[in-house]
Amino acid sequence: MKKVKGFWLFLILSIVLYVTVQLLINAGILNQFYSNTLIFIGINIILAVSLHLVIGITGQFSIGHAGFLAVGAYISAIFTMKLQLPFPIAILVGGIIAALAGLIVGIPSLRLKGDYLAIATLGFAEIIRIVFLNIDYVGGAAGMQVSHLTNWTYTFICLFITIVVIMNFTNSRHGRACISVRENEIAADAMGINTVYYKVIAFALGSFFAGIAGGLYAHNFYIIQPTNFGFLKSFDILIYVVLGGLGSLSGAVISAILLTLVSTFLQDYPETRMIIYSLVLVIVMLYRPQGLMGTREITDIFGKWKSVKSVKGGS
Amino acid sequence: MEWIQQLINGISLGSIYALIALGYTMVYGIIKLINFAHGEVFMIGAFVGFYAIAGWGLGFFPALLLAMAVCAIFGVLIERIAYRRLRNATRIAALITAIGLSLLIQYVVIYFRGAQPEAYPDALSNKTFDLFGVQISSQSILILSVSIVLMILLQFIVHRTKIGKAMRAVSHDMDAARLMGINVNTTISATFAIGSALAGAAGVFFGVYYTKIEPLMGIIPGLKAFVAAVLGGIGIIPGAMVGGLVLGVVETIVSALGYSLWRDAAAFIILILILLFRPSGIFGKNAREKV
Repeated sequence: MKKVKGFWLFLILSIVLYVTVQLLINAGILNQFYSNTLIFIGINIILAVSLHLVIGITGQFSIGHAGFLAVGAYISAIFTMKLQLPFPIAILVGGIIAALAGLIVGIPSLRLKGDYLAIATLGFAEIIRIVFLNIDYVGGAAGMQVSHLTNWTYTFICLFITIVVIMNFTNSRHGRACISVRENEIAADAMGINTVYYKVIAFALGSFFAGIAGGLYAHNFYIIQPTNFGFLKSFDILIYVVLGGLGSLSGAVISAILLTLVSTFLQDYPETRMIIYSLVLVIVMLYRPQGLMGTREITDIFGKWKSVKSVKGGS
Repeated sequence: MEWIQQLINGISLGSIYALIALGYTMVYGIIKLINFAHGEVFMIGAFVGFYAIAGWGLGFFPALLLAMAVCAIFGVLIERIAYRRLRNATRIAALITAIGLSLLIQYVVIYFRGAQPEAYPDALSNKTFDLFGVQISSQSILILSVSIVLMILLQFIVHRTKIGKAMRAVSHDMDAARLMGINVNTTISATFAIGSALAGAAGVFFGVYYTKIEPLMGIIPGLKAFVAAVLGGIGIIPGAMVGGLVLGVVETIVSALGYSLWRDAAAFIILILILLFRPSGIFGKNAREKV
């Protein structure tokens, strides 16, 4: 009952957020710069949350998430620009193809563990980038012109669906199986959980939402180039998840918002931005390796008093 | 005949990869960490060599020694400042710190000197020998022979000296080595110093061979050297040498066949095939997983 109430609260809050921002944009209070920043924040939250599912929930260390972003971006751009299909269909197809790419990458490489998996995903992401670099149909190194179709409504709908799906997935039977894989893979295997199946499912779902983000990303920037999807982009996404706390969805959301704001205001000083980014990352890892939120959620902080009381009453 | 020439080019390139890969593999062997900042040590080495030759007018060999010395100190500093605290942290935390450090070094260098590339001075007179119809440049021969000397020196240090014995002991079992009275911290610092010195030498060679250096040059050779280390079996020193040479030859062949844009992909395809079919590498032994 309590969970259902929480969901309705979340729904109402997000509708209020959407309507307020849309009204502000319509009234012209939020100019182009701010609405673009909001869209960018939305895209980054989708990316952060999709990687959170792979790293934070399932514990599979992937540092090649930009590869799936690239797949979604290019496929959706081909659908709108070359095949003249409507934008929502293009986003969806981009997500589905990215999920397929996730399956293709995930089924062989998820047999690996830890550092080896990280390097394999990095290698796959680089291969995806080099493949796009060598296909003349999508413009090769010069990139591909894409018309600007992303707006606040599309971004918000995608963001909302992503968060709801991943939240519900985490709390479902499958999500708990994924968490057990993260905590101890051998024990999970011994308990009869099909660990390979859950790792691949989480990886494909994460890739699907990365592809969705790719569709929005491509149609927000007028041009996409293979260099946009290099190692640095994967690393950007990784920072959101790690800084927010591995295993905390709200942590990923908060750090995606904060870091996007920081990088937007520092975009005239790209070197300073990267120095601050990497310095923050190193310092956080050295002094607070569990990240901003640890594995807690923001709702846990509000619910702390209640749970403390109930634990005391129970014992 | 052209094939033999390509093979020699491949081996010179491969010996550069092998020198970088040695640092990766030694550090991985001793503290089980992929030192992503190793590519940046290589970059620093190239720049130290550049300033030594172009700025102070040193010759090739003094510049090489200077670059190796500076890189050795730099590697020890990296270990001392960042990695030592993380020795008992999770693997993910250590890996992310390594990536973060790598970016930090790149962008600090860009911040202080700008991102523009630099043309490497001709420190070596480049003659071309004609050997049975094969054109061999004296540069490739020199790079190859100095690399081989360095590798033999490394084998000597690891197998014949006291610090080498300590390194092998620590990489085998850190706690047991500590109980036996080996100073683990000094040994790890020495490992970083030797690995970084080799990367510094590779940086100078890279500059001389490709005549262009820039602050972001460490990323791709670093990743490829890592591929070479995995190819030979990470943690195994002869493996890194063989892996580097194989990778260099394969890349040169791919370029020679006319697929030079796919050259970078070739390395990663090799990496993935190796990881899927023989994760322990060419020289590796299969380790049992313990609960």
